[in-house]
Amino acid sequence: MKLALSALAATAALVAPTLAEARQVTFETTLKNYGGNGAYVVLWVTDAAGKYKGTLWLAGAKSKYWRHLSDWQRASGGAASQVDGITGASIGSGRTLKISLDIADAMIDAGYQIHVDTAVEDGRDNPSEIVVPLATSASGKAVGGRGYVKSFSVTF
Amino acid sequence: MLRRLHSLPGVVLALGLAFVALTGAVLSLEPTIARLSVPTIESGTSVADLASAVAARHGAVETIRVRADGTVTAAYTDGETDGLERIDPKTGAGLGPYVPSATSRFIVDLHRSLLAGDAGRIAVAVAAAAMLVLAISGGALLVTRLGGLGAMFRPIRGTLSERLHGELGRIAVFGLVLSASTGLWMTASTFGLLPESEAAGAVAEASGGTPAPIDRLAALRGVDVGSLRELSFPAAGDPADTFRLRTDAGEATIDPATGERLAFTPATTLERVGRTMEMLHTGRGAWALGLLLGLSSAAVPVFAVTGIAMWFRRRSARPRIARNVAARSADTVILVGSEGNTTWGFAATLHAALTAAGHRVHTAAMNDLSSAHASARRLLILTATWGDGAAPTSAKTFLQRLERFEGRMPVAVLGFGDRTFPHFARFAQDVAARLDAKGFPRLVPMKRIDRRSAQEFAQWGRDLGAALGHDLVLEHVAERPKTQALQLVEREDYGVAVGAPVAILRFCGPTDERTGRPARLPDFEAGDLVGILPPGETMPRFYSLASSTEDGVLEICVRLQPGGLCSTFLHDLEPGERIDAFIRANPTFRPNQGLAPLILIGAGAGIGPLAGFVRANAQGRPVHLYWGGRSPSSDFLYEHELAQHLAERRLTSLSTAFSRDPGDGAYVQDRIAADAHRLRHLILHGAQVLVCGGRDMALAVTHTLEAIVRPVGLDLATLRSEGRYVEDVY
Repeated sequence: MKLALSALAATAALVAPTLAEARQVTFETTLKNYGGNGAYVVLWVTDAAGKYKGTLWLAGAKSKYWRHLSDWQRASGGAASQVDGITGASIGSGRTLKISLDIADAMIDAGYQIHVDTAVEDGRDNPSEIVVPLATSASGKAVGGRGYVKSFSVTF
Repeated sequence: MLRRLHSLPGVVLALGLAFVALTGAVLSLEPTIARLSVPTIESGTSVADLASAVAARHGAVETIRVRADGTVTAAYTDGETDGLERIDPKTGAGLGPYVPSATSRFIVDLHRSLLAGDAGRIAVAVAAAAMLVLAISGGALLVTRLGGLGAMFRPIRGTLSERLHGELGRIAVFGLVLSASTGLWMTASTFGLLPESEAAGAVAEASGGTPAPIDRLAALRGVDVGSLRELSFPAAGDPADTFRLRTDAGEATIDPATGERLAFTPATTLERVGRTMEMLHTGRGAWALGLLLGLSSAAVPVFAVTGIAMWFRRRSARPRIARNVAARSADTVILVGSEGNTTWGFAATLHAALTAAGHRVHTAAMNDLSSAHASARRLLILTATWGDGAAPTSAKTFLQRLERFEGRMPVAVLGFGDRTFPHFARFAQDVAARLDAKGFPRLVPMKRIDRRSAQEFAQWGRDLGAALGHDLVLEHVAERPKTQALQLVEREDYGVAVGAPVAILRFCGPTDERTGRPARLPDFEAGDLVGILPPGETMPRFYSLASSTEDGVLEICVRLQPGGLCSTFLHDLEPGERIDAFIRANPTFRPNQGLAPLILIGAGAGIGPLAGFVRANAQGRPVHLYWGGRSPSSDFLYEHELAQHLAERRLTSLSTAFSRDPGDGAYVQDRIAADAHRLRHLILHGAQVLVCGGRDMALAVTHTLEAIVRPVGLDLATLRSEGRYVEDVY
């Protein structure tokens, strides 16, 4: 899935004012074959101090289930305004979500971290099952999660 | 209108409704299975003790949650492994990993979304809305048909389809309304159409002190597992994080060091309603309700099949009227009031006969009455009655239209009904009375036709023809019978000596020439009717059956009518000769289910079906037979068989009256009057009365019985409406 997001779509703090100060970053999340209904998955960002900075993407359209993405919910407050325009369908068992975003240069290699929370109906909630730095040194390296994520990679 | 609202979505969505209902019925078993396999959550343990016991077994615990099916689970992390396990709600002991059944998940997905995501959810919601409309309109139709809410549990008469549809319907209607409406609520909630609050409870920062042992935390100690929904533990390494506790009452944040409740968001009314809706829909936590809903849903495929059968029969019963001239140029207008379209068949026969006699005939529904009909020379009204005297569908607006109608031409009213109803063809009578009051001259007197009798219709045709000054032959074949050949195997003759010959005739299927064995008989029960077509005739004559298919013979009792075409034909039959016949179900004239006593009353050949009922009484329910003949030595029908039934206790008592008995001449009503005390007692205790025979006898019996039951506050009209006084009269 390749998503062309407009600058307005992603949370303001994460997006460069002009393309000259930004670069395109691709986030690829592949789920395990856990065999249940579609997973709710959220990609979100904290700064070097561990403070919530914004949400990149939320897969899972029905807001009544967002409370199960519990770290994100706690950090962001979970309001619909946080993810306006950056939500999509939940991700099926074994499927891949690939999104490309223009990320401000100032955030790259600056101690920012990407978190991935997942949850599945009748399953386990996995808050921050992936936490990786937003660093060029880790470009393209896949890491596995503790819950439903088989592999997650950030490519610059 | 109501019927349309009921049958249109029903027929169109039958398959989808049956599918959603069946998957729902399968799921309804889950709460019962869960109740047997999942440890029940009992009050008496505090959440603090439970959480402490679980935490003691694991490196870190993230959440303890009560699942929808009542299973309590804990999500934990031990070193590098994450796990999800079932726990004992009393002790916190681990019961093994929590693995929801894939089969159950599959059926749930089928039930709520047909495996088609949001589009499927919307389709199911449409089905639920249709189910709601069907259940409510069906209930309303049943109330109208049975004659009011108070009559809802009276026996339902009609064909097998009608009985199944109505009897299951009145049981299932409650469960279906509940399932459909709660299901719609859940869909609305899933799509965010209800103003439910989305955010988690208030966020509060913890004091940051050293965490206390969990079982000492006051705010957790005070909460019983009985009200627990979910407990989230603070994230390891985040001193500002808190416990978050969701209960039926709301959501609280609790300081892990002080055990103090830092913030509390009470559950909104909408959340509580939502939880109740979910419980009512799934039966989770209410297994008995779940089973009730499941049984209601399991009946939906039966409604689909019987409903479509009824709809199809109504549709195919409405004939096309050949050579229907325009309303304004017609000299004769036929108006039809029909609920099930049967009356249209009679109208078509009348239309054809009048057209053949040279009239210009226009046939329309009674609801179509307008100024276009005002110039006609005569108006013929054929109408059925709906329920206990209401207008049938195609005549609902007739009386209002009549008020504005300008014409005053001669009219004839023909009412179709069932004599066993308390108000026989009442709507037709109301129409005739209104026409009289408005000053319409009568072409012929108003006449009522009992149970679609073709003979009575033909008689009315002769009267109408006389009034019109020409012959009018109405040969109506209600549902063009498909006959089959039957072969006479045996006959017993009675009554010749007293001038009233009666024959008991027994038929089998015709002998198959290859196998030498008789062909299979059609399906019938004692009390049903056999229609017999005498050679060269198109109009069948009906006789009550004295046997059922299981008896292996088709048995009738036929009195020779002077000049009677069919009875003469039958009395002349010799064993081996064949007849053309077909079965017509007569479900109204049948013993009610159960073991309540039966009082059987008949005279002459009317004993046929009554003898059949006695013969079928294998379970030995009390049966009292009153029968009247002419002479014990000449026409005592079934004398030996009845004696045997008395010995076998299929028959409890037998009272006979013989009108020409020189010593003791009496009629059957005399025996009934003499037994007044016993009969009153039997009827008070739920006995059903079945009467079969000639009209005069039946009338005398009603007078006698009316006098017997009146002193105890009963009347025959009530008994009739309850199906406890039924007649087969000719």
